[in-house]
Amino acid sequence: MERQLMTGNEAMAEAALRAGCRAYFGYPITPQNELLEYMARRMPQVGGAFVQAESEVAAINMCYGAAAAGVRVMTSSSSPGVSLKMEGISYMAGADLPVVVVNVARGGPGLGNIAPAQGDYFQATKGGGHGDYRMIVLAPSTVNEAAALTQLAFDLADKYRVPAMVLADGMLGQMMEPVELPPFVDVGSLPPKPWALSGAQGREPNYVASFALDPYDLRELNRRRLARYQQIEAHEVRWEEVQTEDAEVLLVAYGTMGRIAKTVVRLARAEGTRAGLLRPITLWPFPYGPIRRLAQRIPVVLTVELSMGQMVEDVRLAVEGRAQTPFYGEMGGVVPTPRDILQEVKAHALQRGKHEAGVRPA
Amino acid sequence: MRSSVENMKPVFVRPKSLSDKKFTYCPGCHHGLITRILAQVIDELGIQERTVMVAPVGCAVFAYEWFRCDGVQAAHGRAAAVATGIKRVRPDLVVISYQGDGDLAAIGLAETIHAANRGEKISVIFVNNQIYGMTGGQMAPTTLVGQHATSCPEGRNPQEAGYPIRMAELLATLEAPVYVARLALFDPKHVLETTKAVRKALTYQVQGKGYSFVEILANCPTGWRMSPVQANKHIAAVVTKAFPLGEFVDKG
Amino acid sequence: MERSVVFAGFGGQGVLLAGKVLARAAMDLGLHVTWLPSYGPEMRGGTANCTVVVSTDPVGSPIVDAPDVLLAMNGPSLDKFEGRVTPGGVIVVNSSLVPRAVTRKDVGEVRLAANDLARELGEPRAANMAALGAIVWAIGTVPLEAVKAAMRGELGAKIGEKAAQANEAALEQGFALGQKTNLGT
Repeated sequence: MERQLMTGNEAMAEAALRAGCRAYFGYPITPQNELLEYMARRMPQVGGAFVQAESEVAAINMCYGAAAAGVRVMTSSSSPGVSLKMEGISYMAGADLPVVVVNVARGGPGLGNIAPAQGDYFQATKGGGHGDYRMIVLAPSTVNEAAALTQLAFDLADKYRVPAMVLADGMLGQMMEPVELPPFVDVGSLPPKPWALSGAQGREPNYVASFALDPYDLRELNRRRLARYQQIEAHEVRWEEVQTEDAEVLLVAYGTMGRIAKTVVRLARAEGTRAGLLRPITLWPFPYGPIRRLAQRIPVVLTVELSMGQMVEDVRLAVEGRAQTPFYGEMGGVVPTPRDILQEVKAHALQRGKHEAGVRPA
Repeated sequence: MRSSVENMKPVFVRPKSLSDKKFTYCPGCHHGLITRILAQVIDELGIQERTVMVAPVGCAVFAYEWFRCDGVQAAHGRAAAVATGIKRVRPDLVVISYQGDGDLAAIGLAETIHAANRGEKISVIFVNNQIYGMTGGQMAPTTLVGQHATSCPEGRNPQEAGYPIRMAELLATLEAPVYVARLALFDPKHVLETTKAVRKALTYQVQGKGYSFVEILANCPTGWRMSPVQANKHIAAVVTKAFPLGEFVDKG
Repeated sequence: MERSVVFAGFGGQGVLLAGKVLARAAMDLGLHVTWLPSYGPEMRGGTANCTVVVSTDPVGSPIVDAPDVLLAMNGPSLDKFEGRVTPGGVIVVNSSLVPRAVTRKDVGEVRLAANDLARELGEPRAANMAALGAIVWAIGTVPLEAVKAAMRGELGAKIGEKAAQANEAALEQGFALGQKTNLGT
């Protein structure tokens, strides 16, 4: 396949078109503007719909309409704008509508800044919008992976009729890397959506709603939704492991931190510390099982994030006290260097070594 | 003289575009009448099999189920955006949003204006009853000056709450809309005029002409604490003074 | 092996494009590479910079605190980034616009009159490619031929053959000037 140099924003947009996305609705916000601009240019070329909406709220609700009409649809934004989309995401979850939402996340809270950050983990994985729902969350760590996961997001969203998010950040959105773009999907070959609004021609009307006034009716809908969520948890957990076989310190990091942590593993091993990495690719469903397995034999599980500590809560749930679970985080859009993290890894390895030496009989 | 059913001609039938679902509206409420008018016009134009109804949040929250057409329930205020999404990917469908005054003129004002300004080829039916009906009678953006509501118990005070928003006039300032009108339902003549306006709005959409907006002055006997007859008289005598009837834009 | 370069200058001097040409050359050679621009309000102020990391291994962080090589196309860029260059690194200074010399003693300096050189070639917009030529020499791991090909790929249809040749000449002359410079290290 041909390799191209593309920014993450452009790669996600092109990958979406190749995945059969034929409607995009968005609103300008840095650092995702290039995605919107790319769609403005390219969507008409593939015969799809593009609207620059009056707000992120309107954009996600345009997605609601297009998804209800059975079309593969995407919106993108950055953290403050994604907050505004949360209402619509909840409604789409409640109406069992597939949609792909890209969050090119930035520093927060509030207006924050436009630097890369991972402070939206809770919002993405723990609800974000109101009510009892789940959203598939995919976290790329390279531009190439951003393209691949965008395409996967469309397939999973359709397969399970759920919203799916690609959680990137300002760095992944802005940087260029070589990309191998996925091939074009034939839109006509995608599985049919008999539930979609297409005009009640020769059939009973289709209704799309997130509304069930009777508690027993809503319970039934939510039970069916739960069953699908359990299927997702059983079949769609994705993660990458780097040199975990003999590791004495396990790093857990995703996205931008995940790629930096790979360098940390290399540097640590060059200096004699056996570090390994588990990089969650799906943040929901979270790789609890793989982390739990590794924590049975690796004494230190160090979570590294661009936040005060959000994913670390899931890591601790996975480890359940089997190992030490320290945390190292940077905030405000500051990205630590591999050397910064290396110091942390070595400190924990050293501490562990001392501890072991202490309990060993003389 | 003997009459038989065979010799009788139906002069008033239930529109086939109405579903069997029972209305949840209060007795005497105009929502039921508006729903019926819409269904009748959908029948007349023969578009039942390609119509999609977009329902709001409010008393008409079930509107997506009252028609024998595909339907979708939108978040509060977002019906015009949802309708945009549908129409942009399926221009062959006839997309109708049905919204109340809180939905369209308060929380959904941005979506309303921008859909109109883009000239989305949709039809918006705006039911202006000057009150939040479903939530129990609070003040709406269209509540008249001095009108009592549960959230303005002393009557709407323009010093604090401003004045009723005239949506039809507001949208008529935009370039894109092809049809903007305000109608009422307080007597049979006006019911017929409203039916004509709805027919015009949907016809323009079928012809691909552009955005149409039909504002209907409706009653809310329960929220206004009036009998249906009193409520209709109130519209004729008072409400139409604040909200003049007429066609503000007709580029058909 | 990992080498990092910061390209910095005014908006319009083509520093982002120079970085992109280098990144493309690295990609075409099968190397790992990242290109990261400064973005947002910073760009509106008229300054532009990008960081390119070229490596035989996957690149961890595209953000580089201490680049191996710096291109300073204008004075503010030299002021801003001089202190960050890794000891033993190289700074390419556009002497057409930057009168002052590098003050640090632990880095090498290549003084290149990029704007004058480009003007003499009849293609004033090729100043960035002249500078890139010197950068390519300073990096030392990406062949000039690959950069020339990448330049043609990037600019290709956008500029005519005459302009392309001028850009190629600018690349060559920048590279040659680097070769001739005694870094004193």
